[in-house]
Amino acid sequence: MKTFEWNHVIPTKAGIHVFLLLVLSAMSTAVSMGQDSALFPAAKKESKVVWYTSLAIPSSTSIAHTFRTKYTGVDVEVHRTGSQRVLQRVMQEAAAGIKNADVIHTSDAGNFVLFKDKAMLLKYIPKTTEVFPAGFKDKDGFYYGMRATLSVIAYNPKIVSDVDAPKTWKDLLNPKWKGKMVSAHPGYSGIIMTHVVALVNLYGWDYFRDLAKNNLHLVQSANDPAGVVASGERPVGVNGAEYFYYKTQKQGNPIKIIYPKEGIPLVVSPVAIAKDAPHPNAAKLFMEFIFSKEMQQLLADREGLYTGHPEVTYPADKPKLKDLKLLSPDADELEKRNAEVRKRFVELFGA
Amino acid sequence: MAAKVGTIGQTPAGLRLKHWDPSLPVWIGASALLVMLMALPLGAIFTTSLKDEAGVTLSKYAEVFTNRAFLSAIWNTLIVSFCVGLIAVMTGGLLGWLVTRTDLPWKNSVRALVMASFVTPPFLGAFAWTLLAGPNAGALNKLYRTLTGHEDALFNIFSMPGLIFVMALYSFPFVFSMIANVCELIASDLEDAAVILGANKWTTARTITLPLALPALLGGFIVAFLHSLSLFGAPAILGLPAGLHTITTQIWTLFQYPPRLDLAAAFSVPLLLATMLLIALQKKFLGRRGFSTISGKGGEKRLVRLGWARIPIFVVVLLVLSCSVFLPYWILLKAAFSKAWAMPFEWDNFTVQNFYYTLFQYSDTQRAVINTFELGILTATAGTLLATLIAYVTNRHVLRGARFLSFFALAPLVIPGVVLAVGLFIVYSQPPLILYGSVWILFVAFLTKEMPIGYSQAESTFKSIHPELEDASRILGANRLTALQHITAPLARSGLIAAWCFIFIGVIRELSAAILLFTPNSKVISVVIFDLKEEGQVGAISVLGILLLVVSFVIILSVQRLSGREVVSGREQPS
Repeated sequence: MKTFEWNHVIPTKAGIHVFLLLVLSAMSTAVSMGQDSALFPAAKKESKVVWYTSLAIPSSTSIAHTFRTKYTGVDVEVHRTGSQRVLQRVMQEAAAGIKNADVIHTSDAGNFVLFKDKAMLLKYIPKTTEVFPAGFKDKDGFYYGMRATLSVIAYNPKIVSDVDAPKTWKDLLNPKWKGKMVSAHPGYSGIIMTHVVALVNLYGWDYFRDLAKNNLHLVQSANDPAGVVASGERPVGVNGAEYFYYKTQKQGNPIKIIYPKEGIPLVVSPVAIAKDAPHPNAAKLFMEFIFSKEMQQLLADREGLYTGHPEVTYPADKPKLKDLKLLSPDADELEKRNAEVRKRFVELFGA
Repeated sequence: MAAKVGTIGQTPAGLRLKHWDPSLPVWIGASALLVMLMALPLGAIFTTSLKDEAGVTLSKYAEVFTNRAFLSAIWNTLIVSFCVGLIAVMTGGLLGWLVTRTDLPWKNSVRALVMASFVTPPFLGAFAWTLLAGPNAGALNKLYRTLTGHEDALFNIFSMPGLIFVMALYSFPFVFSMIANVCELIASDLEDAAVILGANKWTTARTITLPLALPALLGGFIVAFLHSLSLFGAPAILGLPAGLHTITTQIWTLFQYPPRLDLAAAFSVPLLLATMLLIALQKKFLGRRGFSTISGKGGEKRLVRLGWARIPIFVVVLLVLSCSVFLPYWILLKAAFSKAWAMPFEWDNFTVQNFYYTLFQYSDTQRAVINTFELGILTATAGTLLATLIAYVTNRHVLRGARFLSFFALAPLVIPGVVLAVGLFIVYSQPPLILYGSVWILFVAFLTKEMPIGYSQAESTFKSIHPELEDASRILGANRLTALQHITAPLARSGLIAAWCFIFIGVIRELSAAILLFTPNSKVISVVIFDLKEEGQVGAISVLGILLLVVSFVIILSVQRLSGREVVSGREQPS
């Protein structure tokens, strides 16, 4: 499949065009990734897929770019915002009868429990997800974990020495960090929502009550702390998306990541097709595309993410998930505690 | 004039029917449209705030006003707006006086820079100030540490004083233009009298000029207060990171899932009442300026000589303007061309990648740019047209009850953008008319929100044009619309162009209503900037901010050239 250059094939004369497509689709069904070649012409008729996503802007932009290059003629419209904002948008649009989103992707698995309950999702099983572990798929086949990351501690080594740096979640409660730490917000980010639920399960709300005493700088996105730490505005991040810290570090910024031994929140971010998707075939093609082994490998190599695909390999400087103690609240619990977490967090931190 | 108008407009109803003017449907249509624009969202807010499954209830109000978070948001808003009002009056008043009544050097440049602060969207200024005065990485704080060797920050912008400071920077131009206008009208004879009686120039300024300008100062305070009350972007960018909510940010969070529109509506009503009260007060103060001395343009004006203080005062003025213009623009440029904004600006930190990425790769940009300018042009054109028609109706008393129209046209002054958006969202996100999801809901919002500025501009323009010429053309058989088109509108040209400009600028920088009403297909630049801010994309925000500023200035300057008039400062250019 990879050997065929679609964009060279398409602009030929119509007859040959159709013929070639038929031949190609016949050939590629024989090859491993069958479904998308049947989907591609149908997707092309729909001309685009609208993707509501909480994946970081640079990452989602680059995935869209890869898709467009591979499937010339099918555009990806990326609408990126935080998980809870995606939820708000999807719900507001549903209430107003607006059908705009094709593919929905957030980092709060609880969102998908809600979507599924309200019958807002289209059941679709991307082919490659057969090999995915249980934690990456809905038992009824409505949504699948497209990517995973961790919520970690990070610090700026230019300002904080390795000896001084916090090593555990409880180290962050030390008053010496007062005014020096940044936190992202569970009312915006699904990663942070998962983070808070996981740590509340570990230590109770007392932990956050004590943390709040250190006058945290509050940002919204789980990706924002990376920039705040790198610039030195706050030298320590008390949470944040590990893949974004990792990417920021790879770009030459002063960032070091700590993987606390007490346990690290694992965030599996599901993706699903909206039931009223205006471009259902393009949506299915996009699902096949993001779950293909190539793309999952790209997520690991290029974006620093973990994935559910068992054959994907990871950069040598990233820890293996099996070597870490992971905390993973389940989707139902995330759904149930969403309102409580947002309320308590605002009470403790003020906004 | 009053008598004249009376004979033209206040014809008995019977007579009017006999001389049926074919343009009447236009006047009635425009008036009905205006009333609908205002009545629908406000009605929706009141009914939503009073309604539950059981019927009429006050429980929403009880819920809002017993909640500690809501109360503290109200408290924060009041403190911030009060302080902003005070600072804006002092700064804007002083600058307005200096520019009109003293021999301050470089006055035109000072005016131009005040105009630049007026055009700069407050959310953009707030963002720039996070880079300038963030306590640890902020450029000014770093400089302070290097210079003094201190460990601590000079200034933490993420705080209540920081918020007040930034909001005052972008509120004082309102006071400035009010004061400058009044000062230009005060003749020097009273001041001369004081001087003859032996007062020095400072005593004169204190005892004569200041009291004369006092009503305008009070009015300016209220305008600045209201302006900061209704801001959303600046408090969200500077207050939320420090855990500070204001009324507008609080209303915005009520839209999160599960949405509490009822609470948002109930929370909007007091904000609405408070602003109404203030406007009433302002009317009282400004309506009372019965000093004959400032009612005409006749008297001779002489400039106060600042003497030895001329240069020091100019430096202070420059300092104020560098806070609102030079420093923010500089840091935006630096961030736009840097790989890492907090690093020194050296060759290996230089990049144009931010521009390439934002303009060509980031998928929201192009559509947002198109939406923004499309909305700007559409709203400015439709708004100027509607405002012209309404101002004509009220000014020439075309319809009975015309004076109520001016109430409707000015009503949005008391409706903060967020509140208007709550009302419009309720009205237009459900049948029969769903505008939510398209740019049209933003068009309605902006048209409503900008009506007061368009109307007052058109109103004052018509006031200055005597109806004689119109009368002549009507005697010769023209109907009102033809007379307006061929006689009055050409005379009012520069005033109407100014109205167009004001609306256009107001639209392209609008965030507080757009933030609740946008959908992915109807994003505008301000919303994209806010989105990017939430993810911390400093480079891309700077690029978009610069784009917004450049386009604003290009448009203002070209309109200014076209009309031979300084649009924003409201001053005719000497020709």
